[in-house]
Amino acid sequence: MTAVLEKSFVDTAGRPTGGGRRLPSQWLAVIPFFFYLGIFLLLPTLIVVGGAFFDRNGLGFSNLLIMNKPFVISAYLNSVILAAITAIAGAVLGAVLAYAVVSGNPNGVFRRLVTSACGVLAQFGGVTLAFAFIATIGSAGFVYLWLKQHGLDVYAHGLWLYDLRGLELVYTYFQIPLMVLVFLPALDGIRPQWREATESLGGNTWQYWRYVAGPLLAPAFFGATLLLFANAFSAYATAAALVNQGSVIASLLIANTMTSEVGLHDPGIASALALVMVVMVATVMVLYTVLQRRTARWLR
Amino acid sequence: MTATIAAAGTGTTARAGVEVRLENLRRRYGPITALDGLSLTMAPGELVALLGPSGCGKTTALRLLAGLEDADEGRILVDGHDVTGQPANKRGVGMVFQAYSLFPHMTAWQNVAFGLQMRRVHAAERRQRAGEMLELVGLSGYANRFAHQLSGGQQQRVALARALAINPKVLLLDEPLSALDAKVRARLRDEIRRVQLEVGTTTLFVTHDQEEALAIADRVGVMQSGRLEQLGPPTTIYSRPASAFVAEFVGLTNRLPGTVARGAVDVRGTRLPLVQTDVPDGPAIALIRPEAVSVLGDANGASGPLVGTVIATVFLGATSRVTVDLGDVTVLTQLATSEAAAHPAGTRIRLAIRPDPVLIARDQPAGEHR
Amino acid sequence: MSRARRTKLRIFRIVVFIVMGAFFLVPIAAMFEFSTRGPTDASPRTLSAWLSIAQTPELSSAIIASLELALLTSIGMLVLLVPTMIWVRLRVPAVSRTVEFLCLLPLTVPAIVLVAGLAPEYQWISLNFSDSILTLGFVYLVLVLPYAYRTLDTGLAAIDVKTLSEAARSLGASWLTVMLRVIVPNMWVALLNACLLSVAVVLGEFTIANLLNYENLQVAIALLGRANATVSIAVAVAALLLAFVLLVVLSFVGRPRSGVGRLEEEGLSGFGRQLGGGLR
Repeated sequence: MTAVLEKSFVDTAGRPTGGGRRLPSQWLAVIPFFFYLGIFLLLPTLIVVGGAFFDRNGLGFSNLLIMNKPFVISAYLNSVILAAITAIAGAVLGAVLAYAVVSGNPNGVFRRLVTSACGVLAQFGGVTLAFAFIATIGSAGFVYLWLKQHGLDVYAHGLWLYDLRGLELVYTYFQIPLMVLVFLPALDGIRPQWREATESLGGNTWQYWRYVAGPLLAPAFFGATLLLFANAFSAYATAAALVNQGSVIASLLIANTMTSEVGLHDPGIASALALVMVVMVATVMVLYTVLQRRTARWLR
Repeated sequence: MTATIAAAGTGTTARAGVEVRLENLRRRYGPITALDGLSLTMAPGELVALLGPSGCGKTTALRLLAGLEDADEGRILVDGHDVTGQPANKRGVGMVFQAYSLFPHMTAWQNVAFGLQMRRVHAAERRQRAGEMLELVGLSGYANRFAHQLSGGQQQRVALARALAINPKVLLLDEPLSALDAKVRARLRDEIRRVQLEVGTTTLFVTHDQEEALAIADRVGVMQSGRLEQLGPPTTIYSRPASAFVAEFVGLTNRLPGTVARGAVDVRGTRLPLVQTDVPDGPAIALIRPEAVSVLGDANGASGPLVGTVIATVFLGATSRVTVDLGDVTVLTQLATSEAAAHPAGTRIRLAIRPDPVLIARDQPAGEHR
Repeated sequence: MSRARRTKLRIFRIVVFIVMGAFFLVPIAAMFEFSTRGPTDASPRTLSAWLSIAQTPELSSAIIASLELALLTSIGMLVLLVPTMIWVRLRVPAVSRTVEFLCLLPLTVPAIVLVAGLAPEYQWISLNFSDSILTLGFVYLVLVLPYAYRTLDTGLAAIDVKTLSEAARSLGASWLTVMLRVIVPNMWVALLNACLLSVAVVLGEFTIANLLNYENLQVAIALLGRANATVSIAVAVAALLLAFVLLVVLSFVGRPRSGVGRLEEEGLSGFGRQLGGGLR
């Protein structure tokens, strides 16, 4: 790497810069980066896209026809519902927590503690998180046992921790801190002068939220909600650790289609399912970026 | 409320200003006393500038008047009514902040119309009134711009229009110019004064910039440690400062060592009368304005207590500021530029001190000097 | 602010922090509680689950593999990303948008999608190159790119790379010297942060290893969970503690320097803003 850099410097120094029918030599130094990402990021993505459109008979849409199957539709629908519910719950609760944080001392220990904790907890997913909830309200978990002793059986209508409703609870655990991290900069961008200006112009607290803070924060809030949606929609590890069998949500369905254990092994179908997922996530992310830009212009 | 605004619809014929009284205001923040018994009466239509270093309490005074902070003690009377306990949104006070106070998601005219919207003024009337206010501050063509499409100076003009649109009883300006470039600052300062005279609203202007305060205000109040040190017209504040603090804070001042005896101070052979009456005899630091120091002429080879070498000349336009090294101290003097040109750096000149009454610095023990 | 509102705000803050604190701390406490249970309900608290971590061979080999992967990924990230980012800033700013786009792209491509495309590639790699678990390092490097990129970008923005390098070049330094002796020493906090984030990501990765049939730390924990829940929960707590320590170190490193004051918060938020990455 460094040898390449040295060489390109020598080349550049050796002749006047700017003239070139050939690729300018300073570009040589960035080739390894593009080459690497080409192989380990772009190629896999292309394999997925290609795999979705190629079946035994060559180019075609037959793999994508899997999207018509009821069990596939229900898995994607479950994913959308799960992602939407946890995104909205996470966004609302996270916004409340973020507001509690910014309304305190901006340089206080408390704020550092909460942001650090959120940095860890937003990352706290997968197997560990699933285990944490099993240890809490699993059928041997101490909160479950304690509640039962006090006359409240949370599983009176069935053991819901290991199905969709369980995922809703567990996902909220990482959605809230993620919301705090994403929403905090926007709240920081709200200047105290705006509230004071509203007051001196005769507005009350409700009018301040209705006409000033609400509209200003709305793009950031909805953008963050979209981010949370994408986050939950594409999550796999937590669900894999918590849900023992079946393909209740899209990511589990893709995984089960890929691996041979369950007998569904079909890379083409898996690619088609993965393509649908990546298109949905990308769409949400584009919307998120648009809203993020608007936030950046208003709340610097 | 609606009726009042409708009556004031033409903007320029707003109601005459009202009297504002601050009575013995006190405010503490934990161990810090921000206001220590401030009393101030503003005549109807008057523009008072509160001047002082940061932390002197000037901003606290303004925020108490706006209702953004509560006073620990004291009363605030606007037009004879006690408003001390009234919340900010009921006071009808217009406020212009230091910077970034425009709502970024609204256009200029929406910002200006916001206060009227809060008062449920009819939409058509809001639009008309906002247009008039923008015209008043010279921004008619900018009604549909957002804050980020306006320069800093234009943003402050919109903020001024917004504060005036509600036809406030009092206008409060909290360092409105300090975030702007020097050139814009001077222009906008004159513009604010023009508009204030036109609408006739009683105005409190808070600043740390003495030049700004002296240029804009009917009366200037110099504050220190939560108290008013001196309140008076700009000329009085500058030429007859009531305390050493005021003398040093307002304008440039030479600090020259001298000796106090029999009600006067001897500074390098010149006897100067004292402003203060309670100065003990002995060594002291006299505060002397650069304008009180004049040049008698060249003094090549000569010597004496007021003979020195020119070490620097700063061109200020019509006048120049010349620094003269007297051996043990340096003295600043303000000269006409043509006169300053006759004494370039390196030449030796003889100075004279005009025998005006002077103040003695109190911050340092006498006998010590820098 | 008026006193009444200040009091109301205070009560609101206290209530929010207590409720949220309980929601976030109880599951972690529950894991501790669970990992110290004895074999029966009646038996006393015991640390035997913790002690048996070292005596479970498949676990220790997975831990070692994950640590090796963390190291390899960090080194690979530094070698690939740092010179490229500096060089792009200095000499080819035309591609800076493209580099940024590519580095942040793994946030948009879910790991579960990436792994569908990687499966044939890894089949080829294991047949023709090596079937070691360490080959996962190739794709982990891609996973850590967004976090590393954001952290390094903040670090580079805080020092004026262009002026620094022009100054050094005018004094006769070669480009290599400029990078290693001028720029890198000025951004070591960012480098360290990028490494810590990479380590945390690698130690938490489950999806790709699981679906490509490699047994890293998280996969081993999941497998063990079916046989011995107490031990697997003890390991999960240990892994969580390790990640927590790493991130606390991260949030306090380089704090005294005001110029990088926001860096650690940036790093954490960048880390937190992950979506569809490898961890879940």
